[in-house]
Parts: sequence; C-alpha cells; structure tokens
Amino acid sequence: MNFLYAAYAATWIIHITYLGILVRRYQRLNKEIEELRKR
Amino acid sequence: MTDGMKMKRVFPILGLLTAVLLSYALYEALVAAPTEQTMGNVQRIFYYHVPSAWTAFLLFFINFVCSIQYLVRSNPVADKVTNWTVIAIGIAACVAAFVIRPLPEGMEPSSVATTGLAIVGLYFLIKKFFSPERTDALAVVSAEVGVVFCTVVLVTGPLWARPVWGIWWTWDVRLTSTLVLWLIYISYLMLRRFSTSGQTPVLAAALAIFGALDVPLVYFSIWIFRTQHPQPVIGGGGSIDPRMLRVLLINWLAFLCFAALVCWSRYRLEILQRDVEETQALEALLEPRSSR
Amino acid sequence: MSPSARIPSGVTGATLTKDLRLEWRSKDALNSMLFFSLLVVVVFSFSFDPNAEESRQIAGGLVWVAFLFAAVVALNQTWARELRNHVLDAYRVSPAPANSLFLAKALGNFIFVAVLEILMTPLFIMFYKLRALGPSWQLIPVAALGTWALVVNGTFFAAISLRTRSREIMLPLLLFPVSIPALLAMVNATTAILTGELSPRFWIVLLSTYDVVFTIACLLLFEKILNAE
Repeated sequence: MNFLYAAYAATWIIHITYLGILVRRYQRLNKEIEELRKR
Repeated sequence: MTDGMKMKRVFPILGLLTAVLLSYALYEALVAAPTEQTMGNVQRIFYYHVPSAWTAFLLFFINFVCSIQYLVRSNPVADKVTNWTVIAIGIAACVAAFVIRPLPEGMEPSSVATTGLAIVGLYFLIKKFFSPERTDALAVVSAEVGVVFCTVVLVTGPLWARPVWGIWWTWDVRLTSTLVLWLIYISYLMLRRFSTSGQTPVLAAALAIFGALDVPLVYFSIWIFRTQHPQPVIGGGGSIDPRMLRVLLINWLAFLCFAALVCWSRYRLEILQRDVEETQALEALLEPRSSR
Repeated sequence: MSPSARIPSGVTGATLTKDLRLEWRSKDALNSMLFFSLLVVVVFSFSFDPNAEESRQIAGGLVWVAFLFAAVVALNQTWARELRNHVLDAYRVSPAPANSLFLAKALGNFIFVAVLEILMTPLFIMFYKLRALGPSWQLIPVAALGTWALVVNGTFFAAISLRTRSREIMLPLLLFPVSIPALLAMVNATTAILTGELSPRFWIVLLSTYDVVFTIACLLLFEKILNAE
C-alpha cells in the first residue's frame, strides 16, 4: 500500500517541481521585460 | 498582446476546471474503482502510470511531427511527398484495422483506425495553425513536457513492479522502450541547451527523426530478446474490466487537460522568451557606440 | 562518363585517401586510441577475473563496451582537423555533394575503429581465456556490421556536436541512446557465438536492418547538418 501512495506522491512531486521551474522562468523573464521597458 | 490578455483571463478558469477533473479522477482511482483480485490496491498505480505513458507518447509524437515539418518546409517537393505519405498512413491504418485478422494482442480495430486518423489530423492541424518558427517552439514544448510525463512513467513503473513482481526493474519491451525514449529526449533537450548554432532547430529536428527511427528498433529487439529469455511482463496485456477502463479513461482525460495547460503556458513562455531575445539582439545592433 | 557524374566517388575517394594519409603520417589519433584501448582492456581484466565458462557469458558485453569507448575517442577527432583549417566552410561553398564528405569520414572512422578492434581482440582473448564454442567466423560480420552501426551514427552526431559547447561530451550523450538497439544486437550476437547456445541469426538481421535504416537517414539528413552554420 505504501507503494501506491509513494507512486501517486512521486507523480505530483514531479509535476509540481516542473511547474515551479516554469514559474521561476516566467519571473526571470518578466524582470527582463521590465528592464527592456525601462530602456 | 491580445494573446497574453486572453490567456490571463481564460487560464485560471481552465486551471480550476482541470484541478476539479484531476481530483475527481483521483477519487475514482483510489476509492471508486474496484480492487483488483491478484494485485490488490497497489494495482491502482495503473491509473496514473498508463495515462502518463499515453500522454508522454502523444507529446513525443507531436515533437516528431513538428521536427518533420520543420525539416521539409524548405523543400516544396519533400513537403508534398510528406503530405501524401501521411495521408497514405492514415488510409493504411484504417484499412489494416478491419482487414488484418487477428490483430496483435491488445489492439482493437476501432482504436487502430482512430489512431491512424488522429495521426493524419494532428499532422495537418499543426501544419495549419503553426508557422515554421512556432512549429519549432511547439517542438521544444512537447519534448520538455513529454520528458516530465515520461519521468513519471519510469518512476511509477518500478514502484508498481516491486510489490507485485518483487523486482524494481526488468528489461521487458515496454519499460525498456520507454527508457530509451526518455534517454533520447533528454539528449534532445541537452542538444537544445548546449547548441551554439543559429540553426539549432534543424539539428534538433534531425535528432528527433533518429529517435523516431530508433524506438521501433528497440521495441523489436527487446521483443526478440524476450522470446529468447522469457521474463515477466510489467503492466500485462489482454482484456480489462469495463469499470476499470472507465476510471482509466477518466484519468487519461484529466491528465490530457493538465498536459494541455502545462504545454500552453510553456509555449507562451517560449514565445515570450524568443521575442525578448530578438528585442535584445536588435537593441544591441542599434545601440550607438558611444554609450558602450 | 560526364565529369559531374565522376566527381562523387572521386570526392569520396580523395577525401578518404587524404584522411588516411594524414593519419598515417602523424599517427595522432591511432596512437591515442591504441593506448586507450589497451588501458581499457587491462582495467576491465582487473575488475573481472572470470573463469573460461563465465568469460564466455560476459565477454560479449565487455568487448563491445571497450570498442564503444574507443570508437568515441576516434569519432571525437573526426571533424577536429577540418575545423582547425576551416575546411568545412570551403566544403560548403564547393559544388561537391555533402554525402561524399560524409561517406569519406564514415569510412575513414570505420577503418580506424576496425584496426583498433583487430589489435585489441588478441589481448581480450588472452586476458579472458576466450574460445568460441560457436562458429567463430560469424564474429567477423557481427564486428563489421556493429562497427559500421556505431561509426555511421557517430560521424553524424560528431558533425552535430561541432556546434555545441562541451563538444566532446555531447557526442556520447547523443550517440549512446540511439545506439542501444545496435549495442543490444552486437552484444547478444557475440555472446551467442561465444557460448554456442543460441543462433545469432536474428541479431545479425537486426544489425543489418539498423545499419541500412540509419545509413539512409544519415545520407538524407547530412546536407542539412553540414549547412547549419
């Protein structure tokens, strides 16, 4: 049974990690856009 | 940027809907679905493992289509030939579905025909709605998200195999082919990241073609190997209880919606990034020398 | 025969002879590959000390891994000389077909790696007390087909890696996943011949299919790769 929960948890950990990476890239990109706008 | 504004409004709603769908699918998988006789509750991993696999394969197939289109677009003759080949594949799939008897294990005539038509539909849809540069962006997106889903498959697979068959890994056809596919697309993403060429899309597209040629060979070679050294088959084949099938399809639908949203936001990010880089490049060109 | 029809084989032959002659004069790559192969054989024989029965089971895998590493060393320097002297740019603007260049490079690499294998095999036989229980002449087509499988894709991916940072690591990263079916076939065919238990026929057929499919793919796509700046 533990394996079942481990599998489901692992699935979501992987997906959430990837979404986190995307969010961070968006933030970095928005910062660059702000800099470009200022110039 | 009307695209961005539309996305800001529609995205949260779709996100919420997908979250609801995923929760419902999770409930179905953990509670409502019947318990399997031999494997017990662990079998429920199946409802996450299989949809992730199908989604990953779909995404990799989209990458394959994008790669082909990117390579043939410059040559009108090759373009036409590819168009007709795709149509021929669709027709062949429909014909084979109803003519070949018996079909290999696990294949239904309706699903073979649908797959053939889906291949054709996908090819021409992408062609119509994506310009060459956008096609390349879609290639990157589908490769990345595909790798994420493939990772899920490769993690949930052993977690299912261990309690049921007592081993973490076996070189069976499906697991090994999935592993090779994963490795090929990781190398694809590394090529994208480390390439210094202005023509990275071309190089990456060539790699994707090689990968697509490789996977059937892997599948076939492991199949031969397995007939010489019989080993357990992870995931089994054959018929499935209709109640389980229903839960499986619900989960697949939920994960498809999730994948679509992730791809959409990754796509937006990619387009924005390319725009920013273009602007930065232009600025560097137009920058008066005195300020440097 | 019109001049343009004569050119393709002329170009391939000329490039191939040039490469071989250059290599024979400097023996750069050959020496480093030789020494590397010797090291690999010695290190492997320290890690595994099997008796004759066991060694027949594992030698297939060991030998091909060693050859794979040696091939990577050879492949990495495939285009290095061309890059140094801007030969690739000259090639791009010349009317010579890209495929001739590719074939010449691939054949050159094939010869290098084949020489390596011929030199390493006696060492392996000695260290692992190998004796084939099956028909040992079949090892030759297996070796030839297997080497070509590694070399044809390796030359192609070496050209792709030219335009990347960390060029030397990119080549194996790209080559290994795609070569997996070929490696599987090579190792299993060799083991089948050494142990004499199974027929290597399927594996040889698979290897041949792999070779045909990927040679065609490389020839079709190489022009695009060469022209990517």
